[in-house]
Amino acid sequence: MIHRQTLTQLAADLRTRKVGSVELVRAFLARIEASQPALNAFVSITAEQALAAAEAADRALAAGRGGALEGVPIGHKDLFCTAGVRTTCGSRMLENFISPYDATVVARLKAAGAVMLGKLNMDEFAMGSSNETSHFGPVRNPWNTALVPGGSSGGSAAAVAARLVPAATATDTGGSIRQPAAFCGVTGIKPTYGRVSRYGMIAFASSLDQGGVIAASAEDAARVLREMAGFDPRDSTSVDAPVPDYLAGLDAPLAGVRIGLLKEFFDKGLDPHYERCVREALAVFERLGASLREVSLPNIPLSVPVYYVVAPAECSSNLARYDGVRFGHRCAEARDLEDLYKRSRSEGFGAEVKRRIMTGTYVLSAGYYDAYYLKAQRVRRLIAGDFERAFGEVDLLMGPTTPTAAFALGAKTADPITMYLNDIYTISANLAGLPAMSVPCGFAAGLPVGLQIIGPHFAEQRLLHAAHRFQLETDWHLRIPGEYA
Amino acid sequence: MSAWETVIGLEIHAQLATRSKIFSGAATAYGAAPNTQACLVDLGYPGVLPVLNAEAVRMAVRFGLAIGARIARHSVFARKNYFYPDLPKGYQISQYELPIVAGGAIDIVLEDGSAKRIGVTRAHLEEDAGKSLHEGLGSLTGIDLNRAGTPLIEIVSEPEMRSAKEAVAYMKKVHTLVRYLEICDGNMQEGSFRCDANVSVRPAGAEKFGTRAEIKNINSFRYVEKAIQYEVARQIELIESGGKVVQETRLYDPDKGETRSMRSKEEANDYRYFPDPDLLPLELDEAYIESVRAALPELPDAKAERFVAQYGLSAYDAGVLTASRDLADYYEAVARAVPEQPKLAANWVMGELAAALNKDGLEIGSGKLPAERLAGLLARIADQTISGKIAKEVFEAMWASGQSADAIIEAKGLKQITDTGAIERAIEEVMAKNPAQLSDYRAGKDKLFGFFVGQVMKATQGKANPAQLNELLKKKLPG
Repeated sequence: MIHRQTLTQLAADLRTRKVGSVELVRAFLARIEASQPALNAFVSITAEQALAAAEAADRALAAGRGGALEGVPIGHKDLFCTAGVRTTCGSRMLENFISPYDATVVARLKAAGAVMLGKLNMDEFAMGSSNETSHFGPVRNPWNTALVPGGSSGGSAAAVAARLVPAATATDTGGSIRQPAAFCGVTGIKPTYGRVSRYGMIAFASSLDQGGVIAASAEDAARVLREMAGFDPRDSTSVDAPVPDYLAGLDAPLAGVRIGLLKEFFDKGLDPHYERCVREALAVFERLGASLREVSLPNIPLSVPVYYVVAPAECSSNLARYDGVRFGHRCAEARDLEDLYKRSRSEGFGAEVKRRIMTGTYVLSAGYYDAYYLKAQRVRRLIAGDFERAFGEVDLLMGPTTPTAAFALGAKTADPITMYLNDIYTISANLAGLPAMSVPCGFAAGLPVGLQIIGPHFAEQRLLHAAHRFQLETDWHLRIPGEYA
Repeated sequence: MSAWETVIGLEIHAQLATRSKIFSGAATAYGAAPNTQACLVDLGYPGVLPVLNAEAVRMAVRFGLAIGARIARHSVFARKNYFYPDLPKGYQISQYELPIVAGGAIDIVLEDGSAKRIGVTRAHLEEDAGKSLHEGLGSLTGIDLNRAGTPLIEIVSEPEMRSAKEAVAYMKKVHTLVRYLEICDGNMQEGSFRCDANVSVRPAGAEKFGTRAEIKNINSFRYVEKAIQYEVARQIELIESGGKVVQETRLYDPDKGETRSMRSKEEANDYRYFPDPDLLPLELDEAYIESVRAALPELPDAKAERFVAQYGLSAYDAGVLTASRDLADYYEAVARAVPEQPKLAANWVMGELAAALNKDGLEIGSGKLPAERLAGLLARIADQTISGKIAKEVFEAMWASGQSADAIIEAKGLKQITDTGAIERAIEEVMAKNPAQLSDYRAGKDKLFGFFVGQVMKATQGKANPAQLNELLKKKLPG
């Protein structure tokens, strides 16, 4: 079956004309259509544009031309702006927003020949860990539709897990790539902050947001990331440094690689079944010649409180532009300016977004700024310092991606704090701007478990290498939920 | 002496003369149709990001160096958060805790000729907002975002001015400076140069400042003076009648000549400033700052000093002639062309030329009378081809026709008569025609000397060389 192929294989088959892009796009579109009632992974399906793009790709391939991903179907998380196709950010606020331009990530993947099949569902404005805050309804986990797929890139993770697309773009502010990747049993990478342009990626928390990829394997993720990454003069925070060939050296031996076990991640909150899978995965690395040692990052437990000051602060300001004046939801018959603002925003935003805007507004307010925002920034630097010291001793840090496997829909919606604690292991990499991955490493009570790998700045290649070597030894990443196999 | 002392601090907003906006590539030209010069970044579209315009940075550094301020090696852009329809992102990108320029000074000259130094606390880079339009839209408000994202420097003075006149002198000096530096066109009608005035009063001799009111957005020197004068009188009257000044923002209404309350401190926004995470801190190194310093033009104070030394002008004249770079350049071009007469050049530039420009509502840089043309006229005075009086007539003709002085002198036959014989003949004719006056003069009516000067001038159409005429008359009249 075509959908079981990795992106790497599909790209090769397209190149050798073993398969056509139109054929591929038709097959995946059919799977998307069929899955929608159960999974709701897509907000928009762009069949017509996709087929036109696939035809063009086939022509290019037939002429021996085309980019590295020519004809390969992908999906975009619905916060990457796509010219002419609505970009909702999972919100009623942008329900009918059609961007006049392509995000840099979208434009680069388009230039590489990738064919977009649609826009993927997500937590509203990327705020959530379960995909339940989407205005377009929750995404469900393909392994068990009573469970959440994780969030905020729940649509991207679920779509790849169910092989509705070979790969999808995603973003990670506090774990939004890694946590859903872990919950859905797929491979996700959040690159170093500044590695992938944020231009056209609708902002949640600007100093933490980073675009990345969810795919079936590390090799597939490397192939897509290679096309996405790189300096963008339109994003002042993107880094002007050459992008290495992420595919080069993936097969090299792991012998001598020093792996640090993040002591603070193996805490009492970690589910014992989950822990067993992670420790078994670590044993695989040891067998491959890597050395393991425990590393302690004492300030890591402060990550969640720091994050829930910094991220809402930035979000409260980033989301101020949604005022009903130029684009987005506008309330009916505003009485005056204040009424226009109040009702447009009250109607346009969901509860979690409002909670974070209010939290953020509060921590930036006169009299509270020093106690919250400034202090959080100071602790953030301490956490980054912890990582810096650790990377003086080890090459990579590893641990669980999440404390538990996927939970049931509705299980954590009543208590935001419990929901926030789901990101306890992922947030620190965002605070420090480090590249981090989640790799499938087993099943706990039938549900996928994620191994998290964190590296120093711009060590994406090192992460992908370790993950790929692990995937050569294991087949967790090739498991597909029964219904979609 | 008044029982009250006035305390004034100014915040001047000068629009930087960059071609594109401070964080986007859209044009900054004034007067385009609404919303035609606002790109997606200026409109605050989802997903867009700001990219700092290097030219705006260079201009701010130029200003900082010109006022002897510290240029921050590390400065930070911050978001100033508030909701307003002409503020597309819901925040203005500005600088807050770490501005690019801090701690400079501006020297002003007071009415009595004495100098005063006004401290400049800081100058920071920021983006302008758009405009709300109310005219012709009925009950609706229109939003024009052409101005959104236009680069500004906000120049914040110390509260060191003590009268409306001092405030105007300071504002004029800053205005002169930014135009010298070519970082702002200074056009006040278009809002390129405007100010907020912080005004308070306190009992003379008191240490503590009184409560201040901030008068927003004043865009003419005259209004600054009037608004401050009104506000000072209002505050004194309020206090003397037992009231209290409240801290508030006020607007000056030029039609009514008064300030009125806009919003009180309680209604004021909490701007929730924080560093903009979309922009990295701005780092400037020594080499960059020195390269900007090396490109600085001669500044007004230095130029005025040089004019005094080089051209022997009075300090006052030098001050007037250096008030704008165009004027100073014009003067120097004239003075260089008539090197033996720098004061004559000053008098003509400040006198006839200024008056003619003023009458026609023109600027010195209008090109109406190029410097070499005026110099051509002055050269004819200097070489005695024409008298100063005739020169005024020639100037008027030049102004009207655009012809050179020589062409007009030639065409109108205005060449001064320096031929002694010709002047003598004219004198003799006048003496013959006015025997009564002649005998009166000879009888001791010395005052009639002027009558004979006038008659001979009339007879020669003013062309007789005045000095020669005087001498010859003195010889001939006594008989």
